[in-house]
Amino acid sequence: MMRLACILALAATLTACGDKAQTLSGTKHDGAAFEGTTNPYNAPGWKAGDKTSWEQQLKTRTQYGQNEYTRAN
Amino acid sequence: MARMKFVSDAERCIECNGCVTACKNEHEVPWGVNRRRVVTLNDGVPGEKSISVACMHCSDAPCMAVCPVNCFYRTDEGVVLHDKDVCIGCGYCSYACPFGAPQFPSQGTFGVRGKMDKCTFCAGGPEANGSQAEFEKYGRNRLAEGKLPACAEQCSTKALLAGDGDVVADIFRNRVVQRGKGAEVWGWGTAYASKQAGQPPVAGAKS
Repeated sequence: MMRLACILALAATLTACGDKAQTLSGTKHDGAAFEGTTNPYNAPGWKAGDKTSWEQQLKTRTQYGQNEYTRAN
Repeated sequence: MARMKFVSDAERCIECNGCVTACKNEHEVPWGVNRRRVVTLNDGVPGEKSISVACMHCSDAPCMAVCPVNCFYRTDEGVVLHDKDVCIGCGYCSYACPFGAPQFPSQGTFGVRGKMDKCTFCAGGPEANGSQAEFEKYGRNRLAEGKLPACAEQCSTKALLAGDGDVVADIFRNRVVQRGKGAEVWGWGTAYASKQAGQPPVAGAKS
């Protein structure tokens, strides 16, 4: 009886000493940008998940927004 | 698609710091951390030049090479990002970076150096695209929203170009041809691994 009580007491007191397992996870996987977001701020004119349309959207946006030679002349 | 790149045109930059403000606002960057800043050479002297500097998302990034915990990664678009859950704030990347891009918040107790923060090319981090967790750690993910970095998109003189390397290089090349000078681009040699760029202009050429 005494032995069982000792074992139970030991188990109860030592459970707090358990250390969490530490694993080297490394860098998490990042989702591709062309997959889009779920927020409502996505720019119109392309389809989320379609890499080609996303690339075209960025190229069009770069030309329209940053190349004034194609707009002024 | 080619790699995402920044180009800062020293002939056009008027040192307005609009890019710095846009970046801080877009990503709610804390006080004391500047992911982007404007550097002026020969300030106050006629002919002074300014450029906007941030992480240049190097093709062969020194920060990635020296990080002891391997927290950096490169996306398919060539954007150099890092995982703040892995970063230990050692500052090695800060010493390695030729552009002074890595920043460290210092609001902690006894001025302890926190986890590194830097320009993400508005591409967030490893958390889910556009999530609140991503925003709190890295700011907005504009690329995943089909947009370009806020700093370049709001630049009033279009001195700062950002986007597909082929496209921005083409825009810049056209500009140089039209105005006939100012082909030098700061940091080009380091960021784009170009041997020709960054060299002194040939004698007799306009600059």
